[in-house]
Amino acid sequence: MLEARAPEESAASESSALPEAGSAGREAPRGQGAIFEVFRQERKGQPFQHAGSVTAPDERFAEIYAREQYGRRQESVALWLIPRGAVTVVAEFPDEFEMKYRRVDGYSIKARLHEARERAGTLELAPGAAGGE
Amino acid sequence: MSERVELLLSLADDELILGWRNSEWTGIAPFLEEDVAFSSIAQNEIGHARALYELAAAELGTTADELAFDRAPEEYRSAPLVELRRLEWARTIARHWLYETADEIRLGALKDSDDDAIAGLAAKMDREETYHRIHADMWVDRLLAAPEGRERLNEAVDELWPYALGVLDAELRPALRAKVEERLGRALPEVEAVPRGVHEAELAALWEEMTTVRRSAPAGARW
Repeated sequence: MLEARAPEESAASESSALPEAGSAGREAPRGQGAIFEVFRQERKGQPFQHAGSVTAPDERFAEIYAREQYGRRQESVALWLIPRGAVTVVAEFPDEFEMKYRRVDGYSIKARLHEARERAGTLELAPGAAGGE
Repeated sequence: MSERVELLLSLADDELILGWRNSEWTGIAPFLEEDVAFSSIAQNEIGHARALYELAAAELGTTADELAFDRAPEEYRSAPLVELRRLEWARTIARHWLYETADEIRLGALKDSDDDAIAGLAAKMDREETYHRIHADMWVDRLLAAPEGRERLNEAVDELWPYALGVLDAELRPALRAKVEERLGRALPEVEAVPRGVHEAELAALWEEMTTVRRSAPAGARW
């Protein structure tokens, strides 16, 4: 069953999740700051994770600043820089009816999944199975 | 002292003193990101200095630390450009850009050296200096794009130009002039280069500060 969305609330105000420019203290050169969100990958194959942000006059400065701030100690193998304006914020998750049964805490599905896969003949496709993924 | 050691010490002293000068902005650069970036660049220069001192030390039978910290101020071979204390951002950026531009020319020549150790180290340094040049170049682009920035950059370059020439040996200076003139879109004055060997008065104070720990714990400080 799909939950109805509350239209007025789904347009979450950006300010609640993202701080305004300049909130990090010192400001970028007069009126020239744009915020870039930085994601870093620690090792090849690992997911990119949010590292923080840099304020910079443009993309070239952002690249150098992010490189020095998040890569100078060889702590990253790659960075993603995303202009903050390109980020879509999703912040409201109504739960009016407290549908706790949708949470899976304390409920092991591993064995059940295994049985279901066996029945369907898809065991070898399971994540982690030899030849799978 | 061999010519090779003299060359290595000139390069190493330039990188050490400039690294030290640039690190004076740590904590007080115009904004946070620049603070981190400029400090990181300063640390890179000091890393290059160490590698160069180690090459010289191997030939002299001494250590990088002894070369970096145990000489008297007048024995340093740094170019006066890096010794100047100009805690003003336009001059700092002008010096940074002039130095990186000169250094690119110098490293280009050293990469062709018959001395494999020097050529190899020059190539290695150049791979890091690339990012210093990107940083310096984008600042210059930005300053040239607005009248106030253009004026301040040009003023700083005029002051520093004789010093910038002094970073390089005479035969490499025309290449520096060509690059800087092309970038600024104007001719630079014909001036005498400020040579190595004569130190700026500011070097003494820098040396005092830089060697404090070394002099207070000559056997080596433990951290």
